[in-house]
Amino acid sequence: MSESGQGWEEGSPERLYVITGGRSGGSETSTLDLVTLVRARTGPPPGMPPEQAAIVRLCSSPLSVAEISAYLNLPVSVVTVLLTDLLAEKRVEARSPIPPANLPDVALIEAVMHGLEKL
Amino acid sequence: MDLRSSDPLVVAGPRSEDALPETAAAAVKIVIVGGFGVGKTTLVRSVSEIRPLTTEETMTQAGVGVDDTAGVERKTATTVAMDFGRISINRELVLYLFGTPGQQRFWFLWNGLFEGALGAVVLVDTRRLEVSFDVIGRLEERGVPFVVAINTFPEAPPHPVEELRAALDLPEHVPIVHCDARKRDSSRDVLLTLMRYLHSLALSTEAS
Repeated sequence: MSESGQGWEEGSPERLYVITGGRSGGSETSTLDLVTLVRARTGPPPGMPPEQAAIVRLCSSPLSVAEISAYLNLPVSVVTVLLTDLLAEKRVEARSPIPPANLPDVALIEAVMHGLEKL
Repeated sequence: MDLRSSDPLVVAGPRSEDALPETAAAAVKIVIVGGFGVGKTTLVRSVSEIRPLTTEETMTQAGVGVDDTAGVERKTATTVAMDFGRISINRELVLYLFGTPGQQRFWFLWNGLFEGALGAVVLVDTRRLEVSFDVIGRLEERGVPFVVAINTFPEAPPHPVEELRAALDLPEHVPIVHCDARKRDSSRDVLLTLMRYLHSLALSTEAS
């Protein structure tokens, strides 16, 4: 724990506000799910804000939004805002989760069943 | 856990053996829901291929009502943690397991969580059935398919499944199983029970 020497608390609203430029994640971010897999297209360019650069480095192999949030120690809502920018700038690509439906299809369910049976 | 420095941001990412393969193309999720201390994280840990991770979300509303977490957990009132784990199903498909508290004041977490989820496991401690009532009602309301898993605590009185079905007012078709969340096979079987239930639901939907 290294709270000392920092001007503000890790999860303080002020800090999160600054990281996202004051945005809270509205409707434009709704395509990102907790389990959307994110993969970097390039390395972080010089001058990229530290949180964005950290995401790009983390995603050198595919990583879910939830994992990015956990490793960065930032709320999912904040990570979602940052990812939306990175997607728009084509720094990362998103591999979408299975489209939500009332019930997932049989082939998908069978794939998960077979995977679990092998555990 | 806190490995930040000022600039550049140093973040401990996944260990190299925990990195997903390049072929990982899609992910699905299952939600494990239950009261504090019922064993959600234990279950996630026993089947996850990675050490469970924690993601936090800030509460948008004040927690109201009776605080039944006394003595179990003391957290700041504004942040809720969700533990989750991961199972690689095959080269392309990844399954994530999220544990989320069942109490009503945490339902704000459910929106992003249940959207697109395959289904849910309601993890039940027979000593504290009351949390499960609300959860089950809420899942039925949202149309989320679920199974009920009774985590067997050594000191808990044994309950026959049919007695619990009656106590929880569960329809006949909803599976109830006993499990030991500390054991990998037992936890995996809970997930398989859910998947087989979803399979039967999907087949009957296709047939109709």
